[in-house]
Amino acid sequence: MPVDIYLNVAVSGLLTGLVYGLMALGLSVIFGVVRVVNFAHGEMMTIAMYLAIVLFSAFKLDPLVMMVPIAGVLFALGYVMQAGLINPFVDRPEHSQFMLLVAVAIIMVNVLLLLFGPDARSVQTSYAFDSFAFGRIIVDATKVYAAGAAIVVSAALFAFFKFSHVGKAIRACADNYTGALVVGLDVKQLYALTFGLGAACVGAAGSMLVLIIDVTPPLGPQYTLLAFVIVIVGGLGSMPGALLGGVLIGMTEALAGLLFTPSAKSMFAFAILVLVLLFRPQGIMGKRAS
Amino acid sequence: MISRLTQGVPKRGWILLAMLLIALLVAPRFVNDYLLTVLILILYFAYTGQAWNIMMGFAGQLSLGHAIYVGLGAYTAAALYVHFGVGPWIGLLAAVPVAMACGAIIGFLAFRFGVAGVYFAILTIAFAEFARIGFDHIRYTGGSAGFFLPVAQYTTNDLWNLRGKPVMFYYVILALTVAAFMFCHVLLRSRIGYFWLAIREDEEAARALGIDTFRYKMIAVVISAGMTAVAGVFFAFYYNNLFPEQVFHISRSIELILAPIIGGIGTLFGPILGAFLLTGLSEAVTEVLHAIGFDFPGAKQVFYGICLLIVVVALPDGIWPWLVRRLGLERRP
Repeated sequence: MPVDIYLNVAVSGLLTGLVYGLMALGLSVIFGVVRVVNFAHGEMMTIAMYLAIVLFSAFKLDPLVMMVPIAGVLFALGYVMQAGLINPFVDRPEHSQFMLLVAVAIIMVNVLLLLFGPDARSVQTSYAFDSFAFGRIIVDATKVYAAGAAIVVSAALFAFFKFSHVGKAIRACADNYTGALVVGLDVKQLYALTFGLGAACVGAAGSMLVLIIDVTPPLGPQYTLLAFVIVIVGGLGSMPGALLGGVLIGMTEALAGLLFTPSAKSMFAFAILVLVLLFRPQGIMGKRAS
Repeated sequence: MISRLTQGVPKRGWILLAMLLIALLVAPRFVNDYLLTVLILILYFAYTGQAWNIMMGFAGQLSLGHAIYVGLGAYTAAALYVHFGVGPWIGLLAAVPVAMACGAIIGFLAFRFGVAGVYFAILTIAFAEFARIGFDHIRYTGGSAGFFLPVAQYTTNDLWNLRGKPVMFYYVILALTVAAFMFCHVLLRSRIGYFWLAIREDEEAARALGIDTFRYKMIAVVISAGMTAVAGVFFAFYYNNLFPEQVFHISRSIELILAPIIGGIGTLFGPILGAFLLTGLSEAVTEVLHAIGFDFPGAKQVFYGICLLIVVVALPDGIWPWLVRRLGLERRP
């Protein structure tokens, strides 16, 4: 019996971890190309979560279906942010970029607070309490759907970067900035596109995450931190690394919550982060920078 | 020492500094209780900003987890006071080394293993978050329920135990701020200050010139951590309550670095100017929103965020360097 509990918790952590991974994938893509750390990442996700909640409570639209339009809205937000605000900051020192995004994050959190108040919100779908049984493992239906969608979105993003012309052009910018300029790529435009894509990942992840957790405005900074932990553990700039990091952190948090106390679970995530930074600073899947 | 303090400051700068200091010294006679608490807050941020500036502005190491040093200083001194009746000035002798040791550990791990740039910044956040969750579970200091210093209505000012009226705290933090300002001024004009600037500008080149970069980065972290811990002790005895969720939270770390960044990183007067502008702005926005009846939670922070955004976009080097050019206060060689 006890083994069953651990297995159940581990699987549940793995599924949540995949959604975390998709969120972190957005951060990783943005950093890998634009070389700016998006300190407003979690805040953008809470925006997506509130969008899903508004659509659900006003029009009864299912978050899983609304994932696509919400990702589209976040794409636009990300595009505008990069094109309007961040592009001039690309060459500035890190602390300057940091301040810019912190200011954006402060505005986002508090606009949400103004609009929705401090109370926790959630969606109650018809399938909220369904579950699947795989042998002795029982998992929540919402987590299965969310994790499945996370895999589909990630696969689409991988395919985009691997096969499409624009995706290849973006990778060219990341590999060699000057070279990309020389061959006539509009780097600023591609940066804005990349930031939009990163934001779209967050948007998709956010609309799935409302199925799993309640949202309050102060959740933003916490998820920003979580996304950092995941991408650094997985390897900043590495796309498979972000998913792997998400799964690892998701399972660690779930098991730590079971073995110790739930309030101490993030401590283990941070402990993993410290260990990775010290012994493999490029992350599990990251390439060693010269 | 004295010559280091005085050299290179233009006459106009001296006059302005003296006027500011006199104004701050006599201020408690003219302001009400509310304004006095605002002034204490301003000086608190000026002091912590100065301490953070040593690490970032001088040595170029971006720390986003300075709340850990405030928290360690606060909790160490408060625990000594509550459990053993040891006063804050003796408590400092324990609080500062504790924070310095913590800074040394973080610095050692980071610099030895080549963790730099964004990674270093995130490592500092990780340690602060680790401490926050850790202190939530330490029963000895109250855990997440908070740690409280005994409070009573004080009619006299007990400087030795830091128990008294806000005016006493005002002069304590003013003295700390002035001391930190002079200390940083001396540091910048000393050999070590030039080493730091070299490391900040180009670490490889600094190493090529024979500067032991590991050693001087460590010194910067340790000094900065120790100075920040002093602010932590002040924080504990001024507010009399400590909650890990508040003291160690990432928003505390960010709050603490806003003043020097807005004022001007690496400048001596930047943290002070930044603290005055930001805290003043924050209080003014509160007043205005209250007056027009738009007093909803979050409204103040939205305006604050917008102002921050404007400054960061318009004056990336901070306000002080721009003001210096405007007022003709450039240091002459």
